[in-house]
Parts: sequence; structure tokens; C-alpha cells
Amino acid sequence: MLRRSATLLKTSCLRRFSVQHGIRQMSSNTEIEGDKSVVDGLDKAELETMNLFTAINSGLAVALESDPTACIFGEDVAFGGVFRCTMGLKDKFGGKRVFNTPLCEQGIAGLAIGMATNGVTAIAEMQFADYIFPAFDQIVNEAAKYRYRSGNQFDCGRLTIRTPYGAVGHGGLYHSQSPEAYFAHTPGLKVVVPSTPREAKGLLLASIRDPNPVVYMEPKWLYRSAVETVPLGDYEIPLSKGRIVQSGSDVTVVGWGAQLHVLAEAVKKAKEEQQISCELIDLRTLYPWDEEIVFESVRKTGRLIVSHEAPVTCGLGAEISARVQEECFLHLEAPIRRVCGYDTPFPLVFEKLYYPDMLKNLEAVKDTVDF
Amino acid sequence: APVGLWPHLFTMFSTLRLASGALSSPARCVLRSAVAAQCTSLRSFAKKAKSEDNGEIIIPLDSAHLTHRCDGPTSKDIPTSQEEMLKFYETMYAVRRLEVASDTLYKQRLIRGFLHLYNGQEAVAVGMLAAMKETDAVITAYRDHAFSLLRGGTYYTILSELMGKAPGVSKGKGGSMHLFGVDHHFYGGNAIVGAQVPVGAGISFAQKYEGTGGVTMVAYGDGAANQGQIFETFNMAYIWKLPCIFVIENNGYGMGTSISRAASNTDFFLRGDFVPGMKVDGMDVFGVKHAMEYACDFARNQGPIVLEMMTYRYVGHSMSDPGTTYRTREEVDNVRKKQDPIERLKDRILKGNLATADEIKAIEKTVKKDVDDALRKAKAAPWPDMEELYHDIYEETVPVRHVERANNFYPPQ
Repeated sequence: MLRRSATLLKTSCLRRFSVQHGIRQMSSNTEIEGDKSVVDGLDKAELETMNLFTAINSGLAVALESDPTACIFGEDVAFGGVFRCTMGLKDKFGGKRVFNTPLCEQGIAGLAIGMATNGVTAIAEMQFADYIFPAFDQIVNEAAKYRYRSGNQFDCGRLTIRTPYGAVGHGGLYHSQSPEAYFAHTPGLKVVVPSTPREAKGLLLASIRDPNPVVYMEPKWLYRSAVETVPLGDYEIPLSKGRIVQSGSDVTVVGWGAQLHVLAEAVKKAKEEQQISCELIDLRTLYPWDEEIVFESVRKTGRLIVSHEAPVTCGLGAEISARVQEECFLHLEAPIRRVCGYDTPFPLVFEKLYYPDMLKNLEAVKDTVDF
Repeated sequence: APVGLWPHLFTMFSTLRLASGALSSPARCVLRSAVAAQCTSLRSFAKKAKSEDNGEIIIPLDSAHLTHRCDGPTSKDIPTSQEEMLKFYETMYAVRRLEVASDTLYKQRLIRGFLHLYNGQEAVAVGMLAAMKETDAVITAYRDHAFSLLRGGTYYTILSELMGKAPGVSKGKGGSMHLFGVDHHFYGGNAIVGAQVPVGAGISFAQKYEGTGGVTMVAYGDGAANQGQIFETFNMAYIWKLPCIFVIENNGYGMGTSISRAASNTDFFLRGDFVPGMKVDGMDVFGVKHAMEYACDFARNQGPIVLEMMTYRYVGHSMSDPGTTYRTREEVDNVRKKQDPIERLKDRILKGNLATADEIKAIEKTVKKDVDDALRKAKAAPWPDMEELYHDIYEETVPVRHVERANNFYPPQ
């Protein structure tokens, strides 16, 4: 009895504390759901409630089963991976197809590229997106340009690089980065970011099977905290197609990955407190991105907010803003707002200040409407 | 002022010659067949191959290979034939003429950008590829014209590619540094120094994974040999026993820096550490072939191996480099006079009475004519369609922003 009340007290204190300081609240049942059409018509036996890493695990198993040339490799993947995305795969498919590499990102990427050009579906893992930079040369100079410079004789379409990215609340400089902009600046690559477990499995399978090299960035914050029903079978969600998570009429809000959940809260609060109806868009594929879905929405609402964790300068928000003002200039009622990380290295103790949290986004929505 | 570094070749040769007790004069061919010994200079060399004897010629290895953690080939005798020797001559001469033609085109400003020539190193490419199977994979750096010629390229398609013309090997989109040959397992042609090494290991990984029995030859230079990713690759290749042959074309200089200034250990064949290695005289096409045969067998059955080919380039690193600011003209001339692979082979052929000087001249004339014809044809070849600018970025055609502003682009006339 005493213990129970103590727990209740602790939880309510925590909640108040978090709300006061605007820390993102991630409940176990997230505000937003993945694409419903993917589960429509499936009965209970074909679905399972999964979190993000389980969904990715399921997607990888489907990929290995359906493609005998597919193999998964990276640091520590054999025992299951530091985020458990590869649990049980070695037992199921054997050590020749799921294996550990030494610690050498540049070598891993180069090896993966060579394998992909010679008929093996290479699913390489970079343990954290923060460590992808030694491999940057291989990815940008070799993978992205193989098809172009060989006049379509060779390509590394069979290459997929999976990497966890994004803030976790305590990651600091080198376990929280969002390097999507560097790769979105490279023609020849595709950059894909899922926002829910259902989305993750479908987008992962589409990325692996896409005949172009894909950098697939998994929001590590959501590995455990995002939970929903996911089909057990094989399905894909198309690349370069965004989705409207929630329709609205006053402001278009664009995001991806974990940030989408923050935006969902902000959008909900905006509706409750300010009666502002926001249209929330999940881009899913960051490059090449679905321009039309954003343009259509902005032509309707006249206002746009883009939000991402990565630093604001030269982040993807800049590209989206530039394109929208090129195509929808006369429809805009207010300047396009970007609610992003500051231009600092991802801080450790100052993460709460740095982060583009729910309150900052709510404020942006208000300001946009009041312009 | 650059240190007058006498090429590493000579140091190695004198050491090896002392060690192996070889004669200082060029090795003499030993003709097995008595009939062959009586062949006159007037007999056509093409008919010779059909004579009664087996036509086999044994060449003793000129300079012994230095080995590291492996035994090296057991036999010091290299079997060959008149046909093969003349083929080698023709091919090496063709590579040389191709490079000379490229040089001319560059000076006429019909080739722009960067051009890296292979003059002096012909024996390495020709010898190595002669020892490999057609289905083995080849990947190299940017000094790749010879490799392309041996794997799917023709004078016409290579020269077109250098000029950016549509019939080029890579549709005009790669240029000198990106010649590829998908039907001949030739993975290029790579500009980024050292980047092709882990990629090559990946290709050999796929060969092992799919059980094709093939090997991959991964070539890079002495400058690239200090790149970190190469050691990452050695490590992975060794633990997984990949069928990969790492070949260092050591021409003594990484761009303008001599190996003694760039490498703490200039014995590159030792740098694989636990990966076995061999050091080979890269100016002797038969020595190269001999070593490569051993290496192919080793890689197919045991695991990775490193070959260091001691060679030399007469030209600069690229067309922008005169090649004289970091070495003396004397040094270049000396190598050209004493070690030139084409002259060495010509010597062997003439001394062994396998062809007359006239027959050799005839081969050279044919090659020259073919290259000149191809050159003329390539100069007149069409430019690629402008749409090629934005094709092959992805498999599918995607909208490319602002491409309408590229419509006023005209290739240089």
C-alpha cells in the first residue's frame, strides 16, 4: 500500500516536472500511427504488436528469406546488435549471412559497395550515424556515383546502409547526430527515415529492394518507445512518397522520424488550446523527397513549418523552404518557419535547451498563424 | 632540390641478382624443339604455331621473387610459346601507342581534365591479366587504359571515352579515370586513391559467397599503399580468407613524393603483415605472369596475397606533371634504356629467332595504323545526348531540378 502510493507520487511529480520543462514525453503508445492501409484487411493472426527494433528485425528476416543473396553485417550484429535489431537472425540464417565485421567503417562501406556491385544484396550497419563519417567517402564517391560514371554498366543498387540516428535524451555529441543533410546533398543516393514500426518495416523492405543505394536512418529514440501493430508478412511502403498523418487547414507541418511524434503533440496542443488545425506530413523519404505532397498542402494552408533535430543551417528544412517558396510563393501567408536544432554540436547537458521540442513548435505554429 | 633518388628498381635488381647468382646479360631462351631451332627468319611467325613440335619455350626467371609468409612458385622456369611472346609484344606495344595517342590528344586539348598514362608499366597489366581467367574480376585505380584494353575496351571505345564521346566505354560519362567493362568483369577505373581496395575485397567476397571460384585482382599504387582503408581491407580479407590478390604497382613515386619520403616501410609486400606477399620485377612480363599464376592459385585456394610489382613510369603522374621536378631526367632515361619492358621482350624475341626485325616492324606498323584509324574515328564520333547529364543517377529517371537551365550547354568544340 505504501509502496504503491509512493510510486504514484513519483510518477505525478515526474510528469509535472517534465511538462514544466517542456521535455518531450514519449508514452509507450505513441500519438501517431503508421500507414493504416498496410494493416487493412489483415486478420489478427497476421499482425503483431511490435516496437521499432522488432519491426526492423522482422523486416530483415523477410529480406533474408526472400533474397538468397542478402546478407547483413556490421559491428556486433551477430549476437543481435546493440539495439537488438538483428536478434536471432544469425541462428535463423547462419553465420555466413549474418556476421560481424571489425571496427572499420570505411572498410565496411567499401566492402559492402564491392559486394553490391557483384550481385550480393549487402545490408551494412553503421552502429551509430555519428560513426558514418569515415565511410562518407565510400558512400558519396563510390556508391552514389558508380552507375553514373560507368555509363550504367555497374551499380550498387543492392546496397543498403542502416544506421541508428537522432537524440535519445542523454546521447551527447556522438550518439545523437542526424547527418541526413550530408547524404541528401548527394545525387545518386536515397535517404529514408521511418517514423513508426509499421512504417519502418515497409520502408526497410522497399529500401533493400530499391535498385539504388539507400541510407536508411532509424530513429533510435523510437526503438523501444514506439509500439503498434505490424503485419508479420511481406509488404513495402513506396519510397519518395510522403504521407499525410493528419489533415488540417491552417498550417502545414512537415517532419520525419522521431521528430514527427514531437510535432504530433504540438499539433494536438495547437488544436486543443488555440483551435488551429494543422496538416501534419511525414516525408518518409528525405531524398528524393515528395515535393508535390508538400506543395499541395501549402497551397491549401498558406503556412509551413519544418522541424528537424539536425542544426538549422543547411539542414533539410532549408531545402524544403527554398523549394516551397519557389513553387508556392503567391500562396504563402507567412514566412516559412524552421524549428530545428541550433547551430551547435549536439550538446550533452544542454540537450533540453537545444532540442526543437513541443513547446518551440507550438510557439512557431502560433506565430505563423498570427503573422 | 629533389634528392637524386636512384630508382628502387636498381637497388632491388642488384640485390636479387647477387642473391640468385643470375647472369647480367639478358636470359637466353631455351628452345625445346630441334625443328624450331632451324626455323629461318623468313618463315611467317603465324604459321609457326602450327608446326609439329609443341612449340613450347622455357624462359628461366630473370629476377627471383622475394617472398613473405609464402613459398612462392616452386619452378623457376616459365613455359611460354612463340605465339604468346609475340602476343605479349603486340599487346604491350599497343598499350604504349594508346598512351602516346592519348598524350597527343590531350595536348591538342581534345581531352580535358585529368589523364594518367601507363608508359613503362605495360608489363604489369599485360603479364597479370595473362595469368588470370577471363571470369576473374579486375579493379584498379586511375591509370587504367591498359586494363581497359585488355578487358573489353578497344582503341576506338577508349579514345572516345577519353574525349567524352558517346561511343566511349562508359558512354562518355566517365572519362579517362572511369573506364569499365561489365561484360569482362572489369570494375574500373577509380579516381579516389585507395577507395577501390575495400570495394575490390567486396567483389571477391561476393565471388566466395556465390561460390564462383573466381578471384579479384585489386591494383593500387605505392602512394595509395599508405591509406588506412587498405589495412582495414587486409584485416577483413585475412580473417575471411577472401580470394583477393592485392597488387601494388610500385613505380617509386606517389605523384611527386618518392617512396622513401612517404612510406616508413618501403617493402610494400611486407605491409600486409600476416597476409602473405611477394615482390616481383614488374618490368619483366614473364616474371609478372609467373608470379601472378602463383598468386591466382593461392587466392583461389588459400586466401589473400599481396604482390608488389616493381615498375616505373616514364611520364609524370598525370599530364599536369612534367615528371622532372622530383627526379632527374637521367634516371628516367636510364630506366628507359636498360629496363624498358617492350625492348626487353623485343630483345628476347630477336635473340631467340622467333621473329625477324622486319616482322616485328610489321606488327608495330599494324598497331600504329589501327590506333591512328581509331583516333580519327573517335575524333569524328558524336557527343552524348544532353539527356545523359541526368540519366543513370538512379536506375529510374527522376526529375532533376533546374535542368532546364542546362539546355544552353554546348560541349567544347
